[in-house]
Amino acid sequence: MSVPRFWRNQQSRYNLVGVKCTNCGRTYFPPRSLCPSCRRLGKLEKFKLRGRGEVVTYTVIHTATDGFGDQVPYVMAIIRMEEGPQLTAQIADCDPSEVRIGMKVEAIFRKIQEDGTAGLIHYGYKFKLLEGGNAL
Amino acid sequence: MRVAVLGVGVTKFGEHWESSFSQLFVEAGSKAIVDAGVDGKDLEAIFVGNMSGGRFIDQEHVSALIADHAGLTPIPSSRLEGACASGGLALRQGVMAILSGFHDVVVVGGVEKMTDILSEDTTETLATAANQEWEAFLGMTFPGLYALMARKHMHDFGTTREQLAMVSVKNHANAMNNPNAQYHSAITVGDVLKSPMVADPLRLLDCSPITDGAACMILASEERAREFTDAPIYITGSGQASSALSLHDRKAIPVVDATSNAAREAYRRAGKGPKDIGVAEVHDAFTIGEIVAIEGLGFVEMGEGGRATEEGITQMGGRIPVNTSGGLKAKGHPVGATGIAQAVEVTLQLRGAAGKRQVDADVGLTHNVGGSGGTAVVHILEKG
Ligand SMILES: [Zn+2]
Repeated sequence: MSVPRFWRNQQSRYNLVGVKCTNCGRTYFPPRSLCPSCRRLGKLEKFKLRGRGEVVTYTVIHTATDGFGDQVPYVMAIIRMEEGPQLTAQIADCDPSEVRIGMKVEAIFRKIQEDGTAGLIHYGYKFKLLEGGNAL
Repeated sequence: MRVAVLGVGVTKFGEHWESSFSQLFVEAGSKAIVDAGVDGKDLEAIFVGNMSGGRFIDQEHVSALIADHAGLTPIPSSRLEGACASGGLALRQGVMAILSGFHDVVVVGGVEKMTDILSEDTTETLATAANQEWEAFLGMTFPGLYALMARKHMHDFGTTREQLAMVSVKNHANAMNNPNAQYHSAITVGDVLKSPMVADPLRLLDCSPITDGAACMILASEERAREFTDAPIYITGSGQASSALSLHDRKAIPVVDATSNAAREAYRRAGKGPKDIGVAEVHDAFTIGEIVAIEGLGFVEMGEGGRATEEGITQMGGRIPVNTSGGLKAKGHPVGATGIAQAVEVTLQLRGAAGKRQVDADVGLTHNVGGSGGTAVVHILEKG
Protein backbone atom coordinates (compact mmCIF):
# COMPACT_ATOMS: atom_id res chain seq x y z
CA MET A 1 0.00 0.00 0.00
CA SER A 2 1.38 3.42 -0.96
CA VAL A 3 2.62 5.81 1.73
CA PRO A 4 -0.10 8.46 1.19
CA ARG A 5 -2.82 5.81 1.23
CA PHE A 6 -1.57 4.47 4.54
CA TRP A 7 -0.89 7.90 6.02
CA ARG A 8 -4.44 9.13 5.34
CA ASN A 9 -5.82 6.40 7.60
CA GLN A 10 -3.18 6.62 10.31
CA GLN A 11 -5.54 7.96 13.01
CA SER A 12 -7.94 5.08 12.43
CA ARG A 13 -5.27 2.41 12.15
CA TYR A 14 -3.36 3.54 15.26
CA ASN A 15 -6.15 4.83 17.51
CA LEU A 16 -9.39 3.30 16.19
CA VAL A 17 -10.78 6.70 15.26
CA GLY A 18 -14.09 6.47 13.42
CA VAL A 19 -16.97 8.88 13.07
CA LYS A 20 -20.29 9.42 14.84
CA CYS A 21 -23.35 10.97 13.19
CA THR A 22 -24.79 13.60 15.52
CA ASN A 23 -28.10 13.45 13.65
CA CYS A 24 -28.88 9.74 14.18
CA GLY A 25 -26.25 8.69 16.73
CA ARG A 26 -24.81 5.90 14.60
CA THR A 27 -21.07 5.26 14.71
CA TYR A 28 -18.94 4.15 11.79
CA PHE A 29 -15.50 2.59 11.55
CA PRO A 30 -13.50 3.20 9.43
CA PRO A 31 -14.62 6.81 9.00
CA ARG A 32 -17.06 7.66 6.23
CA SER A 33 -17.58 11.03 4.60
CA LEU A 34 -21.37 10.60 4.55
CA CYS A 35 -23.81 8.94 6.99
CA PRO A 36 -25.48 6.21 4.86
CA SER A 37 -28.64 6.45 7.01
CA CYS A 38 -29.09 10.24 7.01
CA ARG A 39 -27.18 11.09 3.83
CA ARG A 40 -27.21 14.90 3.39
CA LEU A 41 -28.94 15.44 6.76
CA GLY A 42 -26.17 13.67 8.63
CA LYS A 43 -23.37 15.41 10.47
CA LEU A 44 -20.25 13.37 11.16
CA GLU A 45 -17.74 13.98 13.93
CA LYS A 46 -14.57 12.12 14.86
CA PHE A 47 -15.24 9.40 17.38
CA LYS A 48 -12.69 7.14 19.09
CA LEU A 49 -13.72 3.56 19.76
CA ARG A 50 -12.87 2.22 23.22
CA GLY A 51 -11.37 -0.87 21.68
CA ARG A 52 -13.59 -3.58 23.10
CA GLY A 53 -15.87 -5.93 21.24
CA GLU A 54 -16.88 -9.52 20.60
CA VAL A 55 -16.19 -12.10 17.91
CA VAL A 56 -19.01 -12.34 15.34
CA THR A 57 -17.25 -14.98 13.25
CA TYR A 58 -13.66 -16.04 12.56
CA THR A 59 -11.40 -18.13 10.35
CA VAL A 60 -7.88 -19.47 10.62
CA ILE A 61 -5.86 -18.44 7.57
CA HIS A 62 -3.51 -21.15 6.31
CA THR A 63 -2.87 -19.79 2.80
CA ALA A 64 -1.93 -16.13 3.17
CA THR A 65 -1.36 -13.36 0.69
CA ASP A 66 1.99 -11.60 0.22
CA GLY A 67 3.28 -10.00 3.42
CA PHE A 68 1.52 -12.42 5.79
CA GLY A 69 3.15 -15.75 4.88
CA ASP A 70 5.36 -15.76 8.00
CA GLN A 71 2.32 -15.44 10.30
CA VAL A 72 0.31 -18.54 9.26
CA PRO A 73 -1.73 -20.05 10.73
CA TYR A 74 -3.37 -16.90 12.08
CA VAL A 75 -6.90 -15.99 13.15
CA MET A 76 -8.92 -13.36 11.28
CA ALA A 77 -12.25 -12.30 12.72
CA ILE A 78 -15.13 -9.94 12.30
CA ILE A 79 -15.53 -8.09 15.58
CA ARG A 80 -18.60 -6.19 16.71
CA MET A 81 -17.35 -3.20 18.73
CA GLU A 82 -19.27 -2.13 21.85
CA GLU A 83 -20.22 1.11 20.11
CA GLY A 84 -21.83 -0.78 17.22
CA PRO A 85 -19.52 -0.84 14.19
CA GLN A 86 -18.09 -4.14 12.96
CA LEU A 87 -14.54 -4.48 11.67
CA THR A 88 -12.15 -7.12 10.38
CA ALA A 89 -8.97 -7.79 12.37
CA GLN A 90 -6.46 -10.42 13.35
CA ILE A 91 -6.74 -12.02 16.79
CA ALA A 92 -3.17 -12.39 18.06
CA ASP A 93 -1.48 -13.83 21.16
CA CYS A 94 -3.60 -16.99 21.23
CA ASP A 95 -3.69 -20.56 20.06
CA PRO A 96 -6.01 -20.46 17.02
CA SER A 97 -8.00 -23.36 18.48
CA GLU A 98 -9.00 -21.24 21.52
CA VAL A 99 -11.13 -18.76 19.56
CA ARG A 100 -14.93 -19.08 19.61
CA ILE A 101 -17.83 -17.00 18.32
CA GLY A 102 -19.06 -14.66 21.06
CA MET A 103 -15.73 -14.25 22.86
CA LYS A 104 -14.86 -10.81 24.22
CA VAL A 105 -11.78 -9.18 22.70
CA GLU A 106 -9.71 -6.02 23.15
CA ALA A 107 -7.63 -4.02 20.66
CA ILE A 108 -3.83 -4.09 20.82
CA PHE A 109 -1.24 -2.18 18.76
CA ARG A 110 0.93 -4.41 16.58
CA LYS A 111 2.97 -4.75 13.43
CA ILE A 112 0.53 -5.69 10.66
CA GLN A 113 2.79 -6.48 7.72
CA GLU A 114 6.02 -5.66 5.97
CA ASP A 115 5.57 -4.27 2.51
CA GLY A 116 8.08 -6.26 0.47
CA THR A 117 8.40 -3.87 -2.45
CA ALA A 118 8.49 -0.57 -0.53
CA GLY A 119 10.31 -1.95 2.51
CA LEU A 120 7.81 -0.31 4.86
CA ILE A 121 6.60 -1.81 8.10
CA HIS A 122 2.93 -1.09 8.71
CA TYR A 123 1.51 -0.95 12.21
CA GLY A 124 -2.10 -0.97 13.33
CA TYR A 125 -4.73 -2.79 15.38
CA LYS A 126 -5.03 -6.44 16.16
CA PHE A 127 -7.12 -7.92 18.97
CA LYS A 128 -6.50 -10.25 21.91
CA LEU A 129 -8.90 -12.48 23.79
CA LEU A 130 -10.02 -11.01 27.12
CA GLU A 131 -9.65 -13.17 30.21
CA GLY A 132 -12.94 -14.35 31.53
CA GLY A 133 -14.49 -13.23 28.27
CA ASN A 134 -15.37 -16.71 27.12
CA ALA A 135 -18.37 -17.35 24.98
CA LEU A 136 -21.43 -18.79 26.65
CA MET B 1 -39.90 -8.41 -20.34
CA ARG B 2 -38.65 -10.69 -23.09
CA VAL B 3 -35.22 -10.66 -24.74
CA ALA B 4 -34.38 -13.52 -27.09
CA VAL B 5 -31.23 -15.61 -26.80
CA LEU B 6 -30.30 -16.36 -30.41
CA GLY B 7 -27.00 -18.09 -29.89
CA VAL B 8 -24.51 -19.25 -27.28
CA GLY B 9 -20.86 -20.26 -27.31
CA VAL B 10 -18.19 -21.20 -24.78
CA THR B 11 -14.56 -22.23 -24.94
CA LYS B 12 -13.40 -25.24 -23.02
CA PHE B 13 -12.57 -24.02 -19.50
CA GLY B 14 -9.12 -24.75 -18.09
CA GLU B 15 -5.49 -23.79 -18.56
CA HIS B 16 -5.08 -22.44 -22.09
CA TRP B 17 -1.37 -21.76 -22.26
CA GLU B 18 -1.50 -21.80 -26.06
CA SER B 19 -4.35 -19.25 -26.36
CA SER B 20 -4.37 -15.52 -25.70
CA PHE B 21 -7.10 -13.44 -24.09
CA SER B 22 -8.44 -12.24 -27.45
CA GLN B 23 -8.25 -15.72 -29.00
CA LEU B 24 -10.45 -17.08 -26.21
CA PHE B 25 -13.04 -14.36 -26.74
CA VAL B 26 -13.03 -14.76 -30.53
CA GLU B 27 -13.51 -18.54 -30.20
CA ALA B 28 -16.55 -18.19 -27.91
CA GLY B 29 -17.96 -15.33 -29.99
CA SER B 30 -17.59 -17.21 -33.28
CA LYS B 31 -19.40 -20.22 -31.80
CA ALA B 32 -22.25 -17.99 -30.59
CA ILE B 33 -22.59 -16.27 -33.97
CA VAL B 34 -22.69 -19.60 -35.82
CA ASP B 35 -25.18 -20.97 -33.28
CA ALA B 36 -27.38 -17.88 -33.72
CA GLY B 37 -27.27 -18.00 -37.50
CA VAL B 38 -26.65 -14.25 -37.63
CA ASP B 39 -24.11 -12.43 -39.72
CA GLY B 40 -21.42 -10.17 -38.28
CA LYS B 41 -23.14 -7.17 -39.90
CA ASP B 42 -26.32 -7.85 -37.87
CA LEU B 43 -24.46 -7.11 -34.62
CA GLU B 44 -24.86 -3.61 -33.20
CA ALA B 45 -22.89 -3.57 -29.93
CA ILE B 46 -20.63 -5.61 -27.65
CA PHE B 47 -20.83 -5.78 -23.85
CA VAL B 48 -18.01 -7.74 -22.26
CA GLY B 49 -17.47 -8.76 -18.66
CA ASN B 50 -13.87 -8.79 -17.51
CA MET B 51 -12.66 -8.50 -13.94
CA SER B 52 -9.00 -7.68 -14.27
CA GLY B 53 -7.29 -7.58 -17.64
CA GLY B 54 -5.10 -4.98 -15.99
CA ARG B 55 -3.62 -7.36 -13.45
CA PHE B 56 -4.00 -10.74 -15.18
CA ILE B 57 -2.56 -9.74 -18.59
CA ASP B 58 -1.44 -6.14 -17.94
CA GLN B 59 -3.99 -4.87 -20.45
CA GLU B 60 -6.82 -2.44 -19.84
CA HIS B 61 -9.08 -1.20 -22.64
CA VAL B 62 -9.96 -4.80 -23.48
CA SER B 63 -13.28 -3.71 -25.01
CA ALA B 64 -11.49 -2.27 -28.06
CA LEU B 65 -9.08 -5.21 -28.18
CA ILE B 66 -12.03 -7.57 -28.44
CA ALA B 67 -13.93 -5.59 -31.07
CA ASP B 68 -10.72 -5.35 -33.09
CA HIS B 69 -9.84 -9.05 -32.95
CA ALA B 70 -13.43 -10.15 -33.54
CA GLY B 71 -13.52 -8.06 -36.73
CA LEU B 72 -16.48 -6.13 -35.34
CA THR B 73 -15.14 -2.57 -35.45
CA PRO B 74 -16.61 0.05 -35.60
CA ILE B 75 -19.57 -1.10 -33.46
CA PRO B 76 -19.42 0.13 -29.85
CA SER B 77 -17.76 -2.16 -27.34
CA SER B 78 -17.97 -1.66 -23.57
CA ARG B 79 -16.43 -3.49 -20.65
CA LEU B 80 -18.31 -4.12 -17.39
CA GLU B 81 -16.52 -4.83 -14.13
CA GLY B 82 -18.04 -6.14 -10.91
CA ALA B 83 -15.31 -8.59 -9.84
CA CYS B 84 -16.63 -12.16 -10.26
CA ALA B 85 -20.02 -10.72 -11.30
CA SER B 86 -18.60 -8.91 -14.35
CA GLY B 87 -20.17 -11.39 -16.78
CA GLY B 88 -23.60 -11.02 -15.17
CA LEU B 89 -23.32 -7.25 -15.49
CA ALA B 90 -22.48 -7.58 -19.20
CA LEU B 91 -25.52 -9.80 -19.73
CA ARG B 92 -27.74 -7.30 -17.96
CA GLN B 93 -26.35 -4.39 -19.98
CA GLY B 94 -27.16 -6.28 -23.19
CA VAL B 95 -30.67 -7.00 -21.95
CA MET B 96 -31.24 -3.33 -21.07
CA ALA B 97 -29.80 -2.14 -24.41
CA ILE B 98 -32.39 -4.24 -26.21
CA LEU B 99 -35.33 -3.48 -23.92
CA SER B 100 -34.64 0.24 -24.24
CA GLY B 101 -34.97 -0.05 -28.01
CA PHE B 102 -31.49 1.32 -28.48
CA HIS B 103 -30.23 -1.88 -30.15
CA ASP B 104 -31.88 -4.94 -31.74
CA VAL B 105 -29.02 -7.46 -31.82
CA VAL B 106 -26.04 -7.42 -29.45
CA VAL B 107 -23.15 -9.62 -28.31
CA VAL B 108 -22.73 -10.14 -24.58
CA GLY B 109 -19.63 -11.95 -23.45
CA GLY B 110 -17.16 -12.53 -20.70
CA VAL B 111 -13.52 -13.50 -20.70
CA GLU B 112 -10.69 -13.97 -18.24
CA LYS B 113 -7.12 -15.14 -18.77
CA MET B 114 -5.88 -16.08 -15.31
CA THR B 115 -2.96 -18.47 -15.87
CA ASP B 116 -0.47 -16.15 -17.57
CA ILE B 117 0.79 -14.97 -14.16
CA LEU B 118 1.98 -16.88 -11.08
CA SER B 119 -0.80 -18.41 -9.00
CA GLU B 120 0.22 -16.23 -6.00
CA ASP B 121 -0.35 -13.15 -8.13
CA THR B 122 -3.69 -14.54 -9.33
CA THR B 123 -4.71 -15.03 -5.69
CA GLU B 124 -3.72 -11.43 -4.89
CA THR B 125 -5.74 -10.16 -7.83
CA LEU B 126 -8.83 -12.09 -6.74
CA ALA B 127 -8.39 -10.56 -3.26
CA THR B 128 -8.87 -7.11 -4.80
CA ALA B 129 -12.58 -8.00 -4.95
CA ALA B 130 -12.48 -7.51 -1.17
CA ASN B 131 -11.96 -4.15 0.52
CA GLN B 132 -8.25 -3.49 0.05
CA GLU B 133 -7.82 -1.02 2.91
CA TRP B 134 -9.93 -2.58 5.65
CA GLU B 135 -9.96 -6.33 4.85
CA ALA B 136 -7.04 -7.40 2.63
CA PHE B 137 -4.50 -4.98 4.14
CA LEU B 138 -5.11 -6.48 7.58
CA GLY B 139 -4.43 -10.03 6.39
CA MET B 140 -7.82 -11.17 5.13
CA THR B 141 -7.87 -13.38 2.04
CA PHE B 142 -10.69 -13.97 -0.42
CA PRO B 143 -11.32 -17.60 0.67
CA GLY B 144 -11.08 -16.25 4.23
CA LEU B 145 -14.18 -14.11 3.73
CA TYR B 146 -16.23 -17.10 2.65
CA ALA B 147 -14.75 -19.06 5.56
CA LEU B 148 -16.17 -16.37 7.89
CA MET B 149 -19.60 -16.98 6.35
CA ALA B 150 -19.18 -20.75 6.60
CA ARG B 151 -18.21 -20.59 10.29
CA LYS B 152 -21.22 -18.39 11.09
CA HIS B 153 -23.58 -20.61 9.11
CA MET B 154 -22.32 -23.70 10.96
CA HIS B 155 -22.66 -21.89 14.30
CA ASP B 156 -26.12 -20.44 13.72
CA PHE B 157 -27.82 -23.22 11.78
CA GLY B 158 -25.92 -26.40 12.60
CA THR B 159 -24.64 -26.79 9.04
CA THR B 160 -21.99 -29.50 9.02
CA ARG B 161 -18.54 -29.65 7.47
CA GLU B 162 -19.74 -32.69 5.50
CA GLN B 163 -22.72 -30.77 4.07
CA LEU B 164 -20.35 -28.12 2.70
CA ALA B 165 -18.29 -30.88 1.08
CA MET B 166 -21.41 -32.35 -0.55
CA VAL B 167 -21.75 -29.21 -2.69
CA SER B 168 -18.33 -29.88 -4.16
CA VAL B 169 -18.99 -33.61 -4.58
CA LYS B 170 -22.25 -32.90 -6.46
CA ASN B 171 -20.72 -30.28 -8.73
CA HIS B 172 -17.76 -32.50 -9.62
CA ALA B 173 -20.21 -35.30 -10.46
CA ASN B 174 -22.18 -32.94 -12.73
CA ALA B 175 -19.02 -31.75 -14.51
CA MET B 176 -18.29 -35.35 -15.54
CA ASN B 177 -21.06 -34.85 -18.11
CA ASN B 178 -19.88 -31.43 -19.31
CA PRO B 179 -17.24 -31.73 -22.06
CA ASN B 180 -16.23 -28.07 -21.58
CA ALA B 181 -15.60 -28.39 -17.82
CA GLN B 182 -12.13 -27.92 -16.35
CA TYR B 183 -12.34 -31.07 -14.23
CA HIS B 184 -13.61 -34.50 -15.11
CA SER B 185 -12.88 -36.15 -11.78
CA ALA B 186 -15.41 -37.53 -9.33
CA ILE B 187 -14.54 -36.73 -5.72
CA THR B 188 -15.85 -37.91 -2.35
CA VAL B 189 -16.68 -36.12 0.89
CA GLY B 190 -13.55 -37.75 2.28
CA ASP B 191 -11.42 -36.22 -0.49
CA VAL B 192 -12.72 -32.75 0.37
CA LEU B 193 -12.11 -33.24 4.10
CA LYS B 194 -8.56 -34.49 3.45
CA SER B 195 -7.61 -31.66 1.07
CA PRO B 196 -5.25 -28.95 2.38
CA MET B 197 -6.73 -26.33 4.71
CA VAL B 198 -6.97 -22.90 3.05
CA ALA B 199 -9.01 -20.83 5.52
CA ASP B 200 -10.57 -22.91 8.29
CA PRO B 201 -13.20 -24.38 7.85
CA LEU B 202 -12.70 -24.19 4.05
CA ARG B 203 -10.26 -26.53 2.34
CA LEU B 204 -8.81 -26.58 -1.15
CA LEU B 205 -11.65 -28.70 -2.58
CA ASP B 206 -14.19 -26.18 -1.25
CA CYS B 207 -12.70 -23.54 -3.56
CA SER B 208 -13.21 -22.92 -7.28
CA PRO B 209 -10.05 -23.15 -9.38
CA ILE B 210 -8.02 -20.68 -11.46
CA THR B 211 -9.33 -20.88 -15.00
CA ASP B 212 -8.94 -19.43 -18.49
CA GLY B 213 -12.06 -19.21 -20.61
CA ALA B 214 -14.64 -17.16 -22.45
CA ALA B 215 -18.38 -17.33 -23.05
CA CYS B 216 -20.63 -15.40 -25.42
CA MET B 217 -24.30 -14.99 -26.25
CA ILE B 218 -26.15 -13.23 -29.06
CA LEU B 219 -29.24 -11.42 -27.76
CA ALA B 220 -32.02 -9.90 -29.84
CA SER B 221 -35.32 -8.13 -29.52
CA GLU B 222 -38.37 -10.37 -29.77
CA GLU B 223 -39.33 -9.01 -33.21
CA ARG B 224 -35.88 -9.22 -34.68
CA ALA B 225 -35.41 -12.73 -33.28
CA ARG B 226 -38.21 -14.06 -35.53
CA GLU B 227 -35.96 -13.55 -38.57
CA PHE B 228 -33.56 -16.11 -37.20
CA THR B 229 -35.52 -18.68 -35.19
CA ASP B 230 -39.04 -19.87 -34.40
CA ALA B 231 -38.29 -20.98 -30.86
CA PRO B 232 -35.73 -18.89 -29.04
CA ILE B 233 -35.10 -19.08 -25.33
CA TYR B 234 -36.14 -15.82 -23.67
CA ILE B 235 -34.61 -13.86 -20.83
CA THR B 236 -37.68 -12.80 -18.88
CA GLY B 237 -36.23 -11.46 -15.66
CA SER B 238 -33.16 -9.48 -14.66
CA GLY B 239 -32.17 -8.15 -11.25
CA GLN B 240 -29.07 -6.57 -9.81
CA ALA B 241 -28.25 -5.28 -6.35
CA SER B 242 -25.35 -3.78 -4.44
CA SER B 243 -24.34 -4.17 -0.82
CA ALA B 244 -21.44 -3.11 1.40
CA LEU B 245 -18.05 -3.90 -0.12
CA SER B 246 -16.72 -5.21 3.20
CA LEU B 247 -18.29 -8.34 4.64
CA HIS B 248 -18.04 -6.83 8.16
CA ASP B 249 -20.38 -4.00 7.15
CA ARG B 250 -23.22 -6.48 6.53
CA LYS B 251 -25.12 -6.84 9.77
CA ALA B 252 -26.73 -10.23 9.22
CA ILE B 253 -23.75 -12.41 8.25
CA PRO B 254 -24.04 -14.95 6.55
CA VAL B 255 -27.07 -13.46 4.75
CA VAL B 256 -26.01 -12.15 1.31
CA ASP B 257 -28.58 -9.38 0.97
CA ALA B 258 -27.48 -8.48 -2.58
CA THR B 259 -28.59 -11.97 -3.67
CA SER B 260 -32.08 -11.71 -2.20
CA ASN B 261 -32.52 -8.14 -3.46
CA ALA B 262 -31.41 -9.03 -7.01
CA ALA B 263 -33.61 -12.14 -6.95
CA ARG B 264 -36.65 -10.15 -5.84
CA GLU B 265 -36.29 -7.83 -8.83
CA ALA B 266 -35.70 -10.66 -11.29
CA TYR B 267 -38.70 -12.67 -10.02
CA ARG B 268 -40.91 -9.57 -10.18
CA ARG B 269 -39.91 -8.73 -13.74
CA ALA B 270 -40.47 -12.34 -14.84
CA GLY B 271 -43.69 -12.75 -12.88
CA LYS B 272 -42.21 -15.91 -11.36
CA GLY B 273 -41.18 -17.15 -7.95
CA PRO B 274 -38.65 -19.61 -6.55
CA LYS B 275 -41.11 -22.50 -6.92
CA ASP B 276 -41.25 -21.99 -10.71
CA ILE B 277 -37.51 -22.52 -11.20
CA GLY B 278 -36.61 -25.92 -12.65
CA VAL B 279 -32.84 -25.53 -13.06
CA ALA B 280 -30.33 -23.03 -11.69
CA GLU B 281 -26.69 -22.07 -12.05
CA VAL B 282 -25.56 -20.36 -8.85
CA HIS B 283 -22.32 -18.78 -7.67
CA ASP B 284 -20.41 -21.58 -5.92
CA ALA B 285 -16.98 -19.89 -5.92
CA PHE B 286 -16.80 -21.61 -2.52
CA THR B 287 -19.04 -24.43 -1.27
CA ILE B 288 -20.67 -22.18 1.33
CA GLY B 289 -21.49 -19.81 -1.55
CA GLU B 290 -23.92 -22.33 -3.04
CA ILE B 291 -25.56 -22.95 0.33
CA VAL B 292 -26.21 -19.26 1.02
CA ALA B 293 -27.24 -18.80 -2.64
CA ILE B 294 -30.04 -21.38 -2.56
CA GLU B 295 -31.27 -19.71 0.64
CA GLY B 296 -31.06 -16.15 -0.72
CA LEU B 297 -32.80 -17.17 -3.96
CA GLY B 298 -35.66 -18.65 -1.94
CA PHE B 299 -35.23 -22.27 -3.05
CA VAL B 300 -35.00 -23.27 0.63
CA GLU B 301 -35.57 -21.51 3.94
CA MET B 302 -32.75 -19.47 5.52
CA GLY B 303 -30.47 -21.86 7.38
CA GLU B 304 -31.69 -24.96 5.53
CA GLY B 305 -29.14 -24.87 2.68
CA GLY B 306 -26.80 -27.45 4.19
CA ARG B 307 -29.54 -29.92 5.08
CA ALA B 308 -31.22 -29.42 1.67
CA THR B 309 -27.93 -30.24 -0.03
CA GLU B 310 -27.56 -33.40 2.06
CA GLU B 311 -31.13 -34.43 1.21
CA GLY B 312 -30.28 -34.23 -2.50
CA ILE B 313 -32.74 -31.47 -3.42
CA THR B 314 -30.13 -29.78 -5.61
CA GLN B 315 -28.75 -32.92 -7.28
CA MET B 316 -29.54 -34.14 -10.78
CA GLY B 317 -33.05 -35.60 -10.41
CA GLY B 318 -33.71 -33.56 -7.27
CA ARG B 319 -36.46 -30.96 -6.83
CA ILE B 320 -34.26 -28.21 -8.28
CA PRO B 321 -31.00 -29.29 -9.90
CA VAL B 322 -28.30 -26.68 -9.17
CA ASN B 323 -25.10 -26.23 -11.15
CA THR B 324 -25.74 -28.95 -13.73
CA SER B 325 -22.68 -27.61 -15.61
CA GLY B 326 -20.42 -28.48 -12.69
CA GLY B 327 -20.64 -24.95 -11.34
CA LEU B 328 -17.72 -22.67 -10.70
CA LYS B 329 -16.14 -25.43 -8.61
CA ALA B 330 -15.74 -28.05 -11.33
CA LYS B 331 -16.64 -26.38 -14.62
CA GLY B 332 -14.09 -23.70 -13.71
CA HIS B 333 -14.28 -20.01 -12.85
CA PRO B 334 -12.72 -17.61 -15.36
CA VAL B 335 -14.14 -14.80 -13.28
CA GLY B 336 -15.29 -12.35 -15.98
CA ALA B 337 -16.76 -15.16 -18.09
CA THR B 338 -18.69 -16.92 -15.34
CA GLY B 339 -21.92 -14.88 -15.44
CA ILE B 340 -22.27 -15.49 -19.18
CA ALA B 341 -21.27 -19.16 -18.96
CA GLN B 342 -24.05 -19.69 -16.40
CA ALA B 343 -26.64 -18.30 -18.84
CA VAL B 344 -25.19 -20.43 -21.65
CA GLU B 345 -25.75 -23.55 -19.52
CA VAL B 346 -29.33 -22.62 -18.65
CA THR B 347 -30.04 -21.86 -22.33
CA LEU B 348 -28.75 -25.31 -23.32
CA GLN B 349 -30.90 -26.92 -20.59
CA LEU B 350 -34.05 -25.11 -21.76
CA ARG B 351 -33.33 -25.98 -25.39
CA GLY B 352 -33.03 -29.66 -24.43
CA ALA B 353 -29.45 -29.59 -25.71
CA ALA B 354 -27.55 -30.35 -22.53
CA GLY B 355 -26.63 -33.92 -23.47
CA LYS B 356 -26.00 -36.34 -20.62
CA ARG B 357 -26.66 -33.68 -17.98
CA GLN B 358 -30.10 -32.73 -19.39
CA VAL B 359 -32.84 -32.01 -16.86
CA ASP B 360 -36.54 -31.37 -17.43
CA ALA B 361 -37.19 -27.66 -16.95
CA ASP B 362 -39.17 -24.82 -18.54
CA VAL B 363 -37.78 -22.00 -16.41
CA GLY B 364 -34.16 -21.51 -15.31
CA LEU B 365 -32.20 -19.04 -13.20
CA THR B 366 -28.64 -17.72 -13.08
CA HIS B 367 -27.01 -16.13 -10.02
CA ASN B 368 -23.67 -14.35 -10.20
CA VAL B 369 -21.91 -12.72 -7.21
CA GLY B 370 -19.07 -10.20 -7.06
CA GLY B 371 -16.63 -10.36 -4.14
CA SER B 372 -18.14 -11.53 -0.87
CA GLY B 373 -21.54 -10.16 -1.95
CA GLY B 374 -21.05 -6.47 -2.78
CA THR B 375 -22.72 -7.17 -6.12
CA ALA B 376 -25.25 -9.82 -7.18
CA VAL B 377 -26.95 -10.34 -10.53
CA VAL B 378 -29.87 -12.72 -11.16
CA HIS B 379 -31.45 -13.63 -14.50
CA ILE B 380 -34.46 -15.77 -15.32
CA LEU B 381 -34.72 -17.61 -18.63
CA GLU B 382 -37.73 -19.39 -20.13
CA LYS B 383 -38.71 -21.53 -23.08
CA GLY B 384 -40.51 -19.53 -25.80
ZN1 LIG C 1 -26.89 9.63 10.56
